[in-house]
Parts: sequence; structure tokens; C-alpha cells
Amino acid sequence: MNAPRSLSRLEFEPLPDSSSGMVELSRSPERGFFVAAARDIFLAFRSKGEVIQALVFFIVVVSLFPLAIGAETALLRRIAPGVVWVAALLSVLLTLPRLFASDHLDGTLEQMLLSPFPLTLIVAGKMAAHWLTTGLPLALMAPLLGLQFGLGGDELGVLVMSLLLGTPILSMLGAVGAALTLGVRGGSVLVALLILPLYIPVLIFGAGAVEAVATGIDYAANLSLLGAGLLFGALATPFAVAAAVKISLD
Amino acid sequence: MNLYKYASPVTFYPLAGKLIPWFAALAVVFGLVGLYLGLIVAPEDAQQGQVYRIIFIHVPTAWVGMVVYLVMAAYGVAALTLKTRLSSMMMEALAPTGALFTALALLTGALWGKPTWGTYWIWDARMTSTLILLFLYIGYIALIHAIEDKKRADKAGALLVIVGSVNVPIIYFSVRWWNTLHQGASVSATGSKMATVMAQGMLIMALACWMYAIAVVLARVRAIILERQYQGANEILGFEIAGTEMTGTEMVGTK
Repeated sequence: MNAPRSLSRLEFEPLPDSSSGMVELSRSPERGFFVAAARDIFLAFRSKGEVIQALVFFIVVVSLFPLAIGAETALLRRIAPGVVWVAALLSVLLTLPRLFASDHLDGTLEQMLLSPFPLTLIVAGKMAAHWLTTGLPLALMAPLLGLQFGLGGDELGVLVMSLLLGTPILSMLGAVGAALTLGVRGGSVLVALLILPLYIPVLIFGAGAVEAVATGIDYAANLSLLGAGLLFGALATPFAVAAAVKISLD
Repeated sequence: MNLYKYASPVTFYPLAGKLIPWFAALAVVFGLVGLYLGLIVAPEDAQQGQVYRIIFIHVPTAWVGMVVYLVMAAYGVAALTLKTRLSSMMMEALAPTGALFTALALLTGALWGKPTWGTYWIWDARMTSTLILLFLYIGYIALIHAIEDKKRADKAGALLVIVGSVNVPIIYFSVRWWNTLHQGASVSATGSKMATVMAQGMLIMALACWMYAIAVVLARVRAIILERQYQGANEILGFEIAGTEMTGTEMVGTK
């Protein structure tokens, strides 16, 4: 089998030659995960604009709500978990095309398909990188927005925890939609239509956890369910995404 | 009998043609009996009066709307594993019917809710999850129509419905739980034992809906088979001069 020397034009210590490359592959197929993740993170930092844009979008959307609804503290505290979560959902949705679209356009995705590394691990790496450059910044920014909405210390802590557990699921499910709609006209609206209904449980449990703290109910159940979703998603979605990529490149 | 024989669109096409009148006739018979039981024989409800009679159409449409999605998921698994072209065509044929029944369930539910609960819509767990189910149908239909390459559209749709069907129970339970957190189980259909005649009427109406759904889906899948044969043949022959293309029926052979 003819192994491509690296995953893209960007050089990541190319395999010395194809025969020893195969030996190395048989020892560590998981390297596909790390190479793909490192490459996407590297690319995201090369064009910082996209990462920052999603974050700014998140902040702007959240800031619109007090202007639309009114600045009563009690009301804002009440709606804060839902507003922050819906805004997080939308900004993750906006960044989904980044996952595969440019790699699809310049042919990198086909090279990944041809590479000796399992496609499942490569897409898992891309999903991890997507979360690290979208979900994680959102979760870290959320306490500041929560403060503006008058949330207290406990609620802010649970808000961050729920986002840390929930946003990876958004990246995973979103990757399925992004892979299915590769190169389809009107793709971004279509992704929203396909994926938003599937996001509903994450939204319910995520916002529900924060609301539970606010009303003095035990919030652990919500976080446990998010955690369960995260594990199940991590197990199942790479296979679904790999299948979707193969369908789209067929 | 070799059932796989009918996995081929060319052999399934005449079979479907033969089955359609039977299912259509059964739908009419069951529909008439069900409506007779529901509207004339069944007594007035002690609490709700005449209004409750909408359940004879509401409950069956909700059943069909939900089950059709699962049937689609089963066809999706078949389409991706056995690579049968007919499975994808069945999915495409089922989706509009599923969406229609789901929409009817929502509509009849709203019409029943107004006189009974005093509002067309509440964020009840069942209504909310039915609404989400309608979104899932619309998403599938939008996806397969947005992708121009039919083969790819088939596979992408199958994968989407499978992923969706894994999510359906999660969505249902999350919504139910969210609902109890928010407003408590204040409204629910009267849990009293239903009179036998009402249950019978509902069951027969459900059969009527099923027979109708099957007849319509078979008719639609026949149209899809013809369309695809027609497109496929013209692509192969490479001409599309008006009047010279073969019509779909010529290729499949009329029944």
C-alpha cells in the first residue's frame, strides 16, 4: 500500500519511508488521531480570526437578550442558563463548516481517506480539535457572561461544568451533519435543520443543571446524564462521522 | 418463496401495483367501521362530552407518525448493510407520509386542546417530542433533496435517520424530564378506563390509517422507481431529445 508521506501540505515529521511507516502504523494507529488533531489546532491558530469570531458571536448573542427582554435582575437570572446555552449551541453550529469544508475543497480529506490511518481516528482527532478551538473557549468565557446576568458562584461553577461536558457532544453530533452536507448547496442552513433537533437533549440537561442549582435541586443528575452522553457520543459518533465522510466522497 | 426476489425494484414494481388496491380497499372498510364505532356507537364521554371523539383520529395518526420513523430507520439499516436500492426508495416514499401523520397528530391535538385545556398548545412532553419528530422528518426530506447525486442522497439519508433514531428515545426522555421539572404533571388525558367500544373504535381507526399509509407509500415508491429508471436510462443512453426518451413504464413493463 502506498502511504502518503504526510496528511497534508503542512509537514508533520513525515514518515521516513513507506515500509517503516507501516511498521510504525501497526504499532500506533492512534497516531492518526493526534496528527489530525494537532494539524487542525495548528490551522485554527494560524487563522485566529475564526476562533475569535465564534467567541465574539457568542458574547454578542448573549448580550442581545437583556436589550430585547429588559434588564430586570430577577428575570435575567432566571433566563441566564437557557440564554447562554442557546447561544453556545448557535455559535458551535456556525463553526461546523470549518470541520471538513476546506479540507474537502483542497482535496486533503481524500488524502486522509487514503492514508493508512483509520479514518475513524482521524475524524475523532478533528472533532477533538474542533472542541478545543470552539467549545472550550465558550465554556471559559461563560462565567463572565453569567456574571452580567447576575448568576452566583455556585451557578457559575455548574454552568462551566455543564458546558465542559456538553459542548464536546455538540462538536460530535455537529460533525455528523457537517460530513453529510459536504459540498451541498445551502449546506449551512441544512446543517442547522438536521442537527438542531438532535441538540435538544444536550440543551435540556445543560441548562437544566444550572437551573437546578438556582432552584436548590440536586444538579448532579443533569451533569451525570451529560457525562453519559459524552461517553456514548465519543464511542459512537467517530464511526458515524467516518461513514458520513465516505458517503460524501464516494 | 424467495423474498429477496422482491428486493429488486423491477420485480417489486408489479407486486406493489397488485397490492395497492387491496390496502386501499381495507383502508376504506376499516375507516368506515372505525368512524361508525367512534362517531355513532361510542357513548359521550362523562367529563369531556363530544370533544373527546377527535381521539379516534388523533391517537392513530400519532402512532403511525412515530412508527413510520422507526420503519424508516430499519430500511436505513438495510440500505447501508445489504445495499438494497429498494430500501432507500422505501425510505424516500415513507418520509412524506410520516411527516403528514405527525403534522396531523399535532393539529388534531391542538384542536382537542383548545376546548379541553383552554389552549391550543402547551409545552407538554408528548407534544414537544412529536414536534421534534416532525423536525426530524423535515430534516431528512431536506437533506435528500439537497444532494443531487441520488446514490449519495440515499446513503446520507439512511445514515441521518439511523443517527436520529438512536436519538429519539433520548429526546423523548429528556423532554419528559424537562417537562416534569418545569410544570409538573398538571395536565394529562383523563386516565380513566376507556370503554371497550372506544378502544375498539380507536384500534380499527389505527388499522385504517395503517392501510392508507401502506397504500400511499406503495404508490409513491412505484413513482420513485419509474423516475429513477427513467433518469438512469437516459443517462446511460446519453440522449435527452424531447420525444425520443423511453418512458419509465416501457422499461419496467406495464403491469
